Amino acid sequence: MRAVAVIGVGKTAFGVLPDRDLRSLAVEAGQKALADAGGAPGQVQSFFLGNFAGPSFTGQNHLAPYISTALGIKDVPATRVEAACASSGSAFYHAWLEVAAGITDIAMAVGVEKMTSQPTPRVTEILAAAGDCTGEIRAGSTFASLFAMIARRHMYEFGTRREDLSAVAVKNHANGALNPEAHMRKVITLEQAMAGKPIAEPLNLYDCSLVSDGAAAVILAPLDRAGEFAKQAVRVLGVAQASDFVALDQKEDITTFPAVRRAGEKACRMAGIQAREVDFAELHDCFTIAEIIATEDLGFVARGEGGRYASAGCTALTGERPVNPSGGLKSKGHPVGATGVAQICELVTQIRGEAGARQVRRHSLGLAENLGGSGATCVVSVLGSV
Amino acid sequence: MRAGTVYTETVIYSAPEAFVADVPYQTAIVTLDGGGRVTARIAGERVAIGDRVTEVDAREGVPFFRKTS
Repeated sequence: MRAVAVIGVGKTAFGVLPDRDLRSLAVEAGQKALADAGGAPGQVQSFFLGNFAGPSFTGQNHLAPYISTALGIKDVPATRVEAACASSGSAFYHAWLEVAAGITDIAMAVGVEKMTSQPTPRVTEILAAAGDCTGEIRAGSTFASLFAMIARRHMYEFGTRREDLSAVAVKNHANGALNPEAHMRKVITLEQAMAGKPIAEPLNLYDCSLVSDGAAAVILAPLDRAGEFAKQAVRVLGVAQASDFVALDQKEDITTFPAVRRAGEKACRMAGIQAREVDFAELHDCFTIAEIIATEDLGFVARGEGGRYASAGCTALTGERPVNPSGGLKSKGHPVGATGVAQICELVTQIRGEAGARQVRRHSLGLAENLGGSGATCVVSVLGSV
Repeated sequence: MRAGTVYTETVIYSAPEAFVADVPYQTAIVTLDGGGRVTARIAGERVAIGDRVTEVDAREGVPFFRKTS
């Protein structure tokens, strides 16, 4: 396996973008990544697109070449990857795999989702298709309700409190307010976060990530070619993908995500580190409880301690290990298929020291965790300064 | 009819298109006495983790459970 580096990153602003279609968002992100790298479309030898539900949201299918050709990337393999909310984490994993294996030198991974052209009940229905449509979804489950059931059980078993969930929302909104590309740049108080309108008990509006439009792109190259490009290369030290049951009711224990544990252990082993050694992390806070459990499953804290860890401020921008300096899915936004690559963009931006007001103090080693569905896919990536 | 214990539950206020008319409604994962788990709708009184429930109906393949009296 060859050492691999990220040589370019680019993303659009996330938000409700009524004037933008799916392709124009993906093209903007790809062009920004090429400009960042100082590269040309003709240098890209393989193209991966992470997208969850473009056909359902927009009617357009066959999306990978639809976007790669618009970027001027022609003739090369163009492949769409779908793994619910982990679609572009998986696209990144597959792009990395090709470069590490020596099959491809320059690979691009793009993530995109255009969600806001549909009314909320339709969005809820499209997202629910990432669950088991023959069981839990037929019974009326939504994604919020699946994570609500996870939260209930976590509260029951470990004494996690309502305010612990809200502490995650308050912290991520505070970080997102410092991110010029975030969807919702709004500071909220603990009182506001606790009093949001109910979505699926015990989760309220402020426990849920946002429905957003947006795209993100990264370009990968072998580390020994990184010097040909414009920016400081950031090394991909470890990447791993793992899977689990799609239906929540098939899992032995819903208060932990085995796919997060497995992908985390494997990525850290590849990087030659313990998860606790990372300086900061971008974790998949689709719902506040998911960030709490991720800190446990990755080994930042012991089982059941994630809620108190968040409330104690350990994951704040100035805490011992900042989590979601970007604002996370909660505040930066969650265009589902774009999220995994957007997390990689944030790691690279932080590691380069280019994150401005939201820059973390120690930034040589970062970890991203991208979760699909209620835990059926997980991709964990560890990036570090060269 | 099957019986079991509530493993976890939620009350849904923001529903997919097909369920908007039912809001708010409760769903639960029930650990069945014979083994295995199922995601069910809860009929009648609200239930909590640990409550005993009995299957009372099945509509279009969806089991409905009610708190055991």
